[in-house]
Amino acid sequence: MTAQAEARRDPTRGVGPSGARAEPPIPASAGVGLKPAHYRDILEARPPVGWFEVHPENYMGAGGPPHRYLEAVRERYPLSLHGVGLSIGGAQPLDTAHLERLAALVRRYQPGLFSEHLAWSTHTTGFLNDLLPLPYNESTLAHVARHVSQVQECLGRTMLLENPATYLRFQDSSIAETEFLEELASRTGCGLLLDVNNAYVSAVNHGFDAADYLDRFPMEFVQEIHVAGHVRRLDDLDQPLLIDSHDTPVPDPVWILLERALKQCGPQPVLVEWDSDIPEWAVLMGQAERAQHTLERCHPAAYRHHANAC
Amino acid sequence: MPTLAETQARFVAALRNRDTAPLPLVLGRDGEIPALRFDVYRNNVHVSLVNAIAAAYPTVERLVGPDFFRGMARVFVGEALPQTPVLLDYGAGFPAFIERFSPASTLPYLADVARIDWAWHRAYHAAEGQSLTPRDLSAVPAEHLGGARFTLHPSVQALASPWPSLSIWRTNRHDDEVRSVNLRAGGEETLVSRPGHEVGVWHLPNGGSRFLHRLLAGETLSDAAGATGAEFDLVTTLQTLLTSGAIAHYRF
Ligand SMILES: [Fe+2]
Repeated sequence: MTAQAEARRDPTRGVGPSGARAEPPIPASAGVGLKPAHYRDILEARPPVGWFEVHPENYMGAGGPPHRYLEAVRERYPLSLHGVGLSIGGAQPLDTAHLERLAALVRRYQPGLFSEHLAWSTHTTGFLNDLLPLPYNESTLAHVARHVSQVQECLGRTMLLENPATYLRFQDSSIAETEFLEELASRTGCGLLLDVNNAYVSAVNHGFDAADYLDRFPMEFVQEIHVAGHVRRLDDLDQPLLIDSHDTPVPDPVWILLERALKQCGPQPVLVEWDSDIPEWAVLMGQAERAQHTLERCHPAAYRHHANAC
Repeated sequence: MPTLAETQARFVAALRNRDTAPLPLVLGRDGEIPALRFDVYRNNVHVSLVNAIAAAYPTVERLVGPDFFRGMARVFVGEALPQTPVLLDYGAGFPAFIERFSPASTLPYLADVARIDWAWHRAYHAAEGQSLTPRDLSAVPAEHLGGARFTLHPSVQALASPWPSLSIWRTNRHDDEVRSVNLRAGGEETLVSRPGHEVGVWHLPNGGSRFLHRLLAGETLSDAAGATGAEFDLVTTLQTLLTSGAIAHYRF
């Protein structure tokens, strides 16, 4: 048995003072956001999903069933941690207690990837639990870059940063979002998480072309892709207003954008996000299968498993 | 150009207060002041935090109905944002808030029912620990038992209420059809514990929660029992503590 396989069989083994247990990387296949409603389905049926992703904030209790289930899932699948609470774009200093909690989870679960959002959610008055938009300019860029570096230093690894879905822009934004992300990645060495649903939502909300956004996106830094669903409304001026709700199947325009993105950035891990009105497992599995087919259609050579094995 | 801190302070003020003037800093698609677009953020913040309260207080929600519950939780969220991004810890102050929320004053037991929900929620996320079985304790000679001090399982919490709050909690939490509870039946005490994977809720004899708090403070069994009064049912209390896996260790 290889050291890695042995470490996976016994999660406590091989964790030295250096935290040396080797994590399996996240494969370039379809993954699913792990929800408590599906713990049992997944552990009993062991569905052929490439990997799972969780919000680490939901596993920041001291113990209990959430950790037992996550340990069990982690023994069977690669795991990615996708933070929603770090407020990396917040004007105030990063919450070092929260960073410590993240570092502890990273040591415990050895995730293949750690990602967060280009957004802010904490203010001196408290935690707002939403991914709020940032003005894109030189001073924000320098500020967010410092925070990304601090996170990477504290966690002892590189992180991925995700493009947000936005409903508003700032008057004092002077840099395009794609350029802003590219600059952040080059300055800090972080990777990027491209959420094609967010790209689509923002494109419709601000009246630009999502395909054009993808063409400008710095694909060389992309290490993960998200797909999700949204809802369509109208704003006060009867303009379409898409809301990044993560409560529906992935709509067709987002699947089309996924193909476009995959052709540009090569095979990548693709996550199906579904965070409220959670359907039964079979529905999510169907979405994951569609994501996997899209990967295989875009990159047939990369998925010819057996033919090329010898 | 405003600093990032100024921009965010202004954004938060408008998020939290509908009467705060629209933000000239923020533009929608055509440069208009887009009220509905700003409302998406306002809504996301408050609905998601109300949902976090609902997740921790399912019995209260069932008892008062979803409309009243969400209205009440929305006022709570308006008063107190979470102080960390760990939403599992958000809502500890909700029972005390219910106590002074005047529209709920016709349900004087509601805050104590909420306290059982919160104890359940904390027990669910509490650290792992050991639980002694009755056999473990039977190894202690009876004459030494009074001098024993106990460490309790990290999930253990005890609550006392002047209302039959546990009976109300139970029927609202578990029964398909809520049974009526006689409010004049007197007070009830409750023990919450999570010995293994599952949170359990037990009825404690009168004085049991006081006894437990004294054990937690490190008093010996006989000192803790002595302080609760002559009518205290020590035998039933000890049995409940053992069945519920509440005792982790003893020492002398
Ligand atoms: Fe995403």
